[in-house]
Amino acid sequence: MVAKHNTWKSGVDLETLKYRSFVMKELRRFLSNRGVLEIDVPVVGRSSVTDPGVSSFDVSSEHFRGFLQTSPEYFMKRLLASGSGDIFSLGKAFRAEEEGPAHNPEFTLLEWYRINWDEHQLIEEVVDLVSVFTPSVNLLKISYGELFQQVLGLNPHNAELSELQSRAEEANFGSWSTGFRSGCLDVLFETFVRPNMPDGLVILFDYPACQRALAQLHSVDGQQVSRRFEVFLNNSELANGYFELNNFSDHQNRFNEDRCERHAMGKFLPEDDLLLLEAVKSGLPDCAGVAFGVDRLLLQLLGAARIDEIMPFSWVRC
Amino acid sequence: MANYSTNDFRPGLKVMVEQDPCTILDNEFVKPGKGQAFNRVRFRNLKTGRVVEKTLKSGDTLEAADVFDVEMQYLYNDGDFWHFMEPDNFEQYQADHHAIGETNKWLREQDLCIVTLYNGSPLSVTPPNHVELEIVETDPGLRGDTASGGTKPARLSTGAVIKVPLFVESGESVKVDTRTGEYLGRA
Repeated sequence: MVAKHNTWKSGVDLETLKYRSFVMKELRRFLSNRGVLEIDVPVVGRSSVTDPGVSSFDVSSEHFRGFLQTSPEYFMKRLLASGSGDIFSLGKAFRAEEEGPAHNPEFTLLEWYRINWDEHQLIEEVVDLVSVFTPSVNLLKISYGELFQQVLGLNPHNAELSELQSRAEEANFGSWSTGFRSGCLDVLFETFVRPNMPDGLVILFDYPACQRALAQLHSVDGQQVSRRFEVFLNNSELANGYFELNNFSDHQNRFNEDRCERHAMGKFLPEDDLLLLEAVKSGLPDCAGVAFGVDRLLLQLLGAARIDEIMPFSWVRC
Repeated sequence: MANYSTNDFRPGLKVMVEQDPCTILDNEFVKPGKGQAFNRVRFRNLKTGRVVEKTLKSGDTLEAADVFDVEMQYLYNDGDFWHFMEPDNFEQYQADHHAIGETNKWLREQDLCIVTLYNGSPLSVTPPNHVELEIVETDPGLRGDTASGGTKPARLSTGAVIKVPLFVESGESVKVDTRTGEYLGRA
C-alpha cells in the first residue's frame, strides 16, 4: 500500500522515467525498422468488446455514448481491412475492475499486425523484440496442452468439465460449481502452471478451443485447438497473440457465444461492434496480431514487484 | 452483518469463512489477460490461529464477522476463567482457556490487554507488547559479570520461563517482549 500523504508524488524515480522513455523509443524503432507503420487510433469508441473476461469503462455523457477501448484491436482491424498493410499502435488501453500488483486499469499496450504471417512467425518476432532488452534470455516454446499435462497430469482439451471443476476445488477455488470450462482452466493454470514456469521467456501456443477469443481454430492430432499464443516473461503474462479470425459468420457466432456467457455471469451485455463486422465482411486479410504489455515488460526488466514502481502514476495515485 | 466484496478486502478485515471468524492477511488480484479474474486471499482463522488460503472469483462476497478488538484491564483468574473489564464502562467479560491460550503466562493483574470479542464473547487475548514481571526463581547471579553475555533460565511470577543475563537476581523485576519472550532489561 502507498502512504496517503505521499500519493501526490510519482511512484517512480528519474532513472525509471528515463528507462521507460528508452524502452518506448526502442519498441518504436524496432517495428519501424521492420517496415511496420505506426498508427494512432481512438481510445474512446461507441462500442465495447464482448469478451466475457474483459470489462470496459463506460464514459457516456449526456448526448454521447462511449466506451474507453480495452485494446486498439477493432480499430486496427478496420485499418487492415482498408488496406493499411502491417501496422502497430503504442498507446493506452483501459480495463475496468483490474487493479493489483501486476494490473492497472489504464496501461500501455503495444499491438501489431503482420499480414500473411501465421502465429509462429509472429512469435519469432516477439522473441526478437524482447531480446533487444534481454539479449541472452532463456526460451521455452511449448504447446499449452503439453505444459498443462506435464504439470497437472490432465489433458486440458478433452478432460471432463466435472474433473476440471473438482481439480479447481482442490485449488481452494470457492465458487467452482458454477465454473465454466475456461474459468476452471484459468484457475488451474494460474495456481499450478504459471507460478512454476522457468525464468526467461515461455511461449505457449495452441490454446484450448474454449479460450480462442478471436483466433482461428485448427486441428492438431484430431483435437480442435485455437491458433492463439501467450508469452510469459519470468512467470508474468506479457503478450497475447492470434492467427486472426477473418470469417464474418464466425465473428457473429463468437460474439453471440460471448454474450451468452456474459448473460450467465450477470454481466453487462454489449452490442456487437457493427463497424468491425462490416470491415470483416468487406475482407480482413490473413494476418497474425499480438498485444504486448509494455508495463509488464518494464516490471520484469527492472525486477519491480508492483506496477506502481514503474509507471508514473498508477491507480492508487490517480 | 454486512457483506464485503473481494474489492473491499484489506489486511485486518474480519470476515466469516466456512462458519469461522477470520482476519484477512493479504489479498492478491490474479487475472489472465483474456480470462477469469479472481482473488487469492490468505486468512487467519481467529478460533484456531491457522492460516488458510482461498481463491475467490473477483466480486464474490463474504459475510462480515462480528469481531472487535477492545482494550480491557485484566482483573483476576478464578481457576476456570480469566476476568477482564472495559475501563470506560466497567463492563466485565470472562475468557476461557481456549481464548487465553499462551497469553496466560504474560498476564499481570491491572495490565491493559486487547481482548478480541466475537459475537460479544472473548475469542482471544493479546497481552501488551512489553510487560514488567518479577523473577521468582533463578540461579544465583555471578556478581560483577555484566560483560560475558551468558544467559540462564529464570521463572517469572506468572509462570513464564525466559532467558536472562547471568547478573540478574531473584526478586528483581524485568521487562520482557511478549511477542518473542525476549528479555529487554531490568525494569
